[in-house]
Amino acid sequence: MADASIANGAPSRPRYGSMSRDRAWALRWSYFFLVLFAIFFLMPPVYMLITSLKTSAEISAATNPWWISNPTLQNYIDLLSQNQFLVFFRNSAIVSICVVILTMMISVIAAFALARMKFWGSATLATGVFLTYLIPETLLFIPLFKMFAWVNETFGVQLMNHWWTMIILYPTLTVPFATWIMIGYFASIPKELDEAALIDGATWMQTLTKIFIPVALPGIIAATIFTFTVAWAQFLYPLAFTTSTSELVLPVGIITTLIKGDVFNWGQIMTGALLGAAPPLIIYAFLMDYYIAGLTAGATKG
Amino acid sequence: MAQVTLRKVVKKYDEVLAVRGIDLDIADKEFIVLVGPSGCGKSTTLRMIAGLEEISGGDIAIGGDVVNDVPPKDRDIAMVFQNYALYPHMNVYENMSFGLKLKKTPKDVIDQRVKQAAQILDITELLDRKPKQLSGGQRQRVAMGRAIVRDPKVFLFDEPLSNLDAKLRVQMRTEIKKVHQKVRTTTVYVTHDQVEAMTLADRVVVMNGGLIEQVGSPNDLYHSPATKFVAGFIGSPAMNFITCQLEQTAGALRVRLNDTLSFPVPADRTARYTAHVGKPSLMLGLRPEHITETKPHTESNQHDFDMVIDVVEPMGMETLVYFTVNGREVCGRVNPNAGAEAARSMKLRADLSNMHLIDDSTGKVL
Repeated sequence: MADASIANGAPSRPRYGSMSRDRAWALRWSYFFLVLFAIFFLMPPVYMLITSLKTSAEISAATNPWWISNPTLQNYIDLLSQNQFLVFFRNSAIVSICVVILTMMISVIAAFALARMKFWGSATLATGVFLTYLIPETLLFIPLFKMFAWVNETFGVQLMNHWWTMIILYPTLTVPFATWIMIGYFASIPKELDEAALIDGATWMQTLTKIFIPVALPGIIAATIFTFTVAWAQFLYPLAFTTSTSELVLPVGIITTLIKGDVFNWGQIMTGALLGAAPPLIIYAFLMDYYIAGLTAGATKG
Repeated sequence: MAQVTLRKVVKKYDEVLAVRGIDLDIADKEFIVLVGPSGCGKSTTLRMIAGLEEISGGDIAIGGDVVNDVPPKDRDIAMVFQNYALYPHMNVYENMSFGLKLKKTPKDVIDQRVKQAAQILDITELLDRKPKQLSGGQRQRVAMGRAIVRDPKVFLFDEPLSNLDAKLRVQMRTEIKKVHQKVRTTTVYVTHDQVEAMTLADRVVVMNGGLIEQVGSPNDLYHSPATKFVAGFIGSPAMNFITCQLEQTAGALRVRLNDTLSFPVPADRTARYTAHVGKPSLMLGLRPEHITETKPHTESNQHDFDMVIDVVEPMGMETLVYFTVNGREVCGRVNPNAGAEAARSMKLRADLSNMHLIDDSTGKVL
């Protein structure tokens, strides 16, 4: 019996060899395309970095755009010594953090209710939440103007031209999607887990805070990253609803203050864009480790 | 005192009746197993006792109090789930103490109870581990530990061994029986595996189509099934059912299988069966172990016959032989040394003292 199996095994060995050759080629191809994509997507930020280290004179001169003859940090010094850039940065930071907190508070609880408490109309509501996400903000900002005007007339509260209005506005984009992600995560948690908690004497709120949130932590982090990115990069609403320099957030601030008429201050625009891209990058880099650790920890369903 | 009583309990999902009005009295400290094919309503019944499903009709009482509208946490029950349902982010100790912590039990009491339960289940050295670091059998033990710690009136088990491999299942089965002998808590256990039911239960409840077919001790069910369903469900390989006719000849009865094959009915059953002579839908039920090879001496009610064997399955300690009677496959269990061979004629012996006569039109064992 043992002899037979060895004899059978021998001729099949070259076949394993050819399989590993296939695999090696597959790997080579994947590396080829991955490197290609990496170069393609890294080109703009590298170009931004290079441009941000040049003087205005060098940028406008017809020299090699990929080479810096006289590297300078002047753009960074100029930008960071301008008070308004720091104001934009602060506005963006406060808005983004508040939006993340608000979004997560609403969407985690909403998702838990929609995923687990079967109440009348819960399925329709869940679909409704998703449909809300499908409406683009370009369709919404004109009705929002009307609403703001109505609020101003009725309650005397001026919502136009305030950075904090963004804290109310952005969740209209982030809550539906974050809720949708969380519904998916909560739905993947076995039903028996909340039944066990129910028998153990946990209330719905305790089941959410002591079981669901810790188990769905990877999902919550994913939703947090998404929400922060959307809030940080949101351009249309602040462009439409804020005008005073002190009320601008970073993306709009850079565009409106550094482009004067048809004069583009490219060095400072690139510097501002790079500095503006830094916080999400740092958050990704920091949370990604945690995200992966969270994934493996939560993967085992008891 | 924790008897469980079900009175005309009904469960309706929309228009589908999952449980059709069952009555059941479970005594204090009793180990009851609900068994039946999937979809028979056994899990639904258990979940209604747990309070995880609302009941559509009837009453459920635990320890004498009707609990129809009592939430699960106030029913003083503990449940072990098929997929263990351990909290993945908590270690074993936290998993076991979670319920007590929610009840605001003093820390030292929790500690004492968890350690005691861990000792009973032999998981003391696992208390710091997370569920993902445990094997299937260990997880099952922790799930049982979580139930024991709460010292409930009733333990509910929902197919707790189905996720384990065959060897571990047998081992854990013994384990569960041992634990029950130690803690003596009223237990309701759901399984689709009749071997589990037979080995664990004080009494087995066989369910089918949302109704209870029969309640009885494992031996009762095995030797005196009330219905054809129970007769066929309990026992492996399953009982043989062969269409037959009952004939009366000179005061004695015979079961006639076909023109060539008929056996006299044991004398002590004549009175019981006489009324059914000539009925068209009768079946003879005979377990495989009552069809054997011939032996040197014959006891009363044993009758030899010749049969051509279709298939032979050696099992080691016995050999299963299959042959065809009236178009139905019939199984017998013979000694491995009896020389059974496929496509050869063999002399077999039927032990009619263990026969069952079934009315196929009503499904009742006569």
